[in-house]
Amino acid sequence: MADQRIPFATHAESTVLGADEIILNMGPQHPSTHGVLRVKLRLDGEKVIGSECVIGYLHRGVEKIAEHRSYTQFAPYVDRMDYVAAVSNGLGYCEAVEKLMGVEAPLRARVIRTLLTELQRIASHLFWLGTHALDIGALTPLFYCLREREEILKIFEKYCGARLTTHAFRIGGLQYEAYDELEKDVERFCQPFDKRVDEYESLLTENRIWVGRTKGIGILTAKEAIDYAASGPVIRASGVKWDIRKAMPYAAYDLYKFEIPVGKNGDTYDRYIVRLEEMRQSRLICLQAIENIPTGPILGKVGKVLKPPPGEVYHAIEAPKGELGYYIVSDGTTQPYRVRIRPPSLINLEAFDKMIRGHLVADVVAIIGTLDIVLGEVDR
Amino acid sequence: MHAVINFVISIWVPLVCMLLIVAVLPLVAGYIVLMERKVMADMQARLGPMRVGPHGLLQPIADAVKLLLKEDIIPEEADKAIFWFAPLISVTAGMLAISPLAVGPWFQIADLNVGLLFIVGISALGIFGIVLGGWSSNSHYSLLGALRSAAQLVSYETAAGMALVGGLMLAGTLSTREIIAAQSDYGVWFVFAAPVGFFIYVVASIAETNRAPFDLPEAESELVAGYMTEYSGFRWALYFLAEYTNMVVVASIATTLFLGGWLRPFAGTPAFNFLDYLPTVLMFVVGGYCFYRVPKQPVQIQKTVLAAVGLGIIVAGAILAAPLLAPSGSLLASAKPGLHGGFWFVLKVGSYIYLFMWLRFTFPRYRFDQLMRLGWQFLIPLSIVNVMGIGLALVLHRQFGWSHWTAFPLTILLTLAAAGWLGWAGDKKEREQAVAGEA
Repeated sequence: MADQRIPFATHAESTVLGADEIILNMGPQHPSTHGVLRVKLRLDGEKVIGSECVIGYLHRGVEKIAEHRSYTQFAPYVDRMDYVAAVSNGLGYCEAVEKLMGVEAPLRARVIRTLLTELQRIASHLFWLGTHALDIGALTPLFYCLREREEILKIFEKYCGARLTTHAFRIGGLQYEAYDELEKDVERFCQPFDKRVDEYESLLTENRIWVGRTKGIGILTAKEAIDYAASGPVIRASGVKWDIRKAMPYAAYDLYKFEIPVGKNGDTYDRYIVRLEEMRQSRLICLQAIENIPTGPILGKVGKVLKPPPGEVYHAIEAPKGELGYYIVSDGTTQPYRVRIRPPSLINLEAFDKMIRGHLVADVVAIIGTLDIVLGEVDR
Repeated sequence: MHAVINFVISIWVPLVCMLLIVAVLPLVAGYIVLMERKVMADMQARLGPMRVGPHGLLQPIADAVKLLLKEDIIPEEADKAIFWFAPLISVTAGMLAISPLAVGPWFQIADLNVGLLFIVGISALGIFGIVLGGWSSNSHYSLLGALRSAAQLVSYETAAGMALVGGLMLAGTLSTREIIAAQSDYGVWFVFAAPVGFFIYVVASIAETNRAPFDLPEAESELVAGYMTEYSGFRWALYFLAEYTNMVVVASIATTLFLGGWLRPFAGTPAFNFLDYLPTVLMFVVGGYCFYRVPKQPVQIQKTVLAAVGLGIIVAGAILAAPLLAPSGSLLASAKPGLHGGFWFVLKVGSYIYLFMWLRFTFPRYRFDQLMRLGWQFLIPLSIVNVMGIGLALVLHRQFGWSHWTAFPLTILLTLAAAGWLGWAGDKKEREQAVAGEA
């Protein structure tokens, strides 16, 4: 082994392995890299002294596909990016195109969009909580989380017929009118939900092992978080009160009252607390939304063939995982000239190396989990 | 007549027991897996295996057949001989360790006078299988798993050993039979005389059998499957068998030393003699439930199987009841200690394993450094304090004539105070380190 030189990209200062170092290749087939992420770890014993994320195993060329589809045709593709939160992806895309065309969805459509997106945020966070706890070794919360998520997926199914890749919205408004018992279903889900979140907390929050595994792990200070352009719960847990729902309200968020939970230390534990609190806040938004869904049309004035005027637009929404931005350039034809997507998972993943250095192998999965990445979105 | 019975018991019973262990233990392990899956399903709001046999009762057999038929893959780069041999070490060690255990006064292969020492020594050999298997696989995951396993077992074996020493001081013997006799003489199970020792043994035995929250050697989310990563098919099943055999072994040790072995609860108090009927009642209830579920099975064959299972359980309950109803002094009545002892022993071992499962599905996993800190900075010092406490109680009792009822509570309180102080000091140190780390 002595003269076998293994180059290692992230360690520019020393690309040769030390005598007691090994390279551990985690993924792309690994139980807890949340899909097909591949992490090359440089280990000293069990201590991580360097890491490199290799991405692209799920690359499908979504942005390129957009250039050969009409604006309407491309909408279902965005559902396949962050497949855990398809509704949010659709909202971002539809609003971006609407902004490009200079139309606005009617109020009823915007309220229902907000309602469904917040349900989706709860579903996404539930899925995150279950898998994150599973990574750290708690087997049981996963099933409780999936049980609740199932309720949300059933609402989606009733609304648009699909559970996962919903394609619930349409440029200019909604694809479907809300079904009759939508409010009732949402209320039936929301009423007991904060008790359920308390239940998850009772399994984890005060648990010595959980606290030991998450406190002080993967610390990202506020400055570092801003420097890495982190967004979503990752930046909020570092103490930066940055939420696009408040900063640049879209859909109908300006109608509702909610808090932005922030953390203090920017460690894995704070991100956990922030996401749990966000679920509670989303529940409050849903309850406010179903109180009064305005009547009226669900589709704004858009033609059958969408032909936005030449120009460009950047529109970002607060997806469950962070800032999801669409940058669309139109050349005046029916197909976009260029679509560039800013996926929150990818940008948050950039901070991984910073967070993992000096921690142990076991913390790798904790940090991958706490970043809440979905590889479909990272690779697009 | 009694001479004949003595002959049969001394020669043939060990042989039959030996055969039973080799032939039945894999089945028992399979059914512990089924029990684990059912318990897990119960705690996670789902059903668990339901398809193979009624309520999944034949699932272990289907699994065993599947594992036997699977291709046995040996990696190209592996050290083939060791890779081939390693799982056998683990399994053999686990099975050997069963032999001195007394499952009721009738069922024991060898009543060794160093019984407990033998069990602890032999089951510690199982680690060789894990380390060699992990090393010979020539894979980083396996190697890390094996390293963790070696470190973990060495540390927790110490704590477990010291906890056992506490119990042994009370019993004054290493023979499993005599330990139970000693508890019968004391009138209380040793878990009440040395609760801290029992606690240490519970924690250490979970770590020793690589069960969650100490399942770091095979931590699924980190090391894929730890030392078993490269194993498949029957060889993998052997590791699995070894793990579950070890669970039975540590549960049996805890039962023997701390939970009164085959003794009935309140064995010395005639007022509680009605508990003798509990085994029968339990069996009848379970058997009755099987019959209640029979009409709800979807397929005729499943109905038949479930009815057969229910009938078997009720027959077993009737067998357990027979010695109680027979006239005293008859041959049948003298069978009571053997049959009922076996029942109570199995029940206690089952409860102990259930505790393992309960913990597994409740707690997240420790990290390696935390595990080591818990072992070396808390459990090992505490186990030494526990030994000293029991020593003190025995001295107070024997030399100064204190009664058991004052000597033991006093030393238990002292030991608990020491535990509290150890925990507090450990936390404080951790906080200081955390502060230092941040600065």
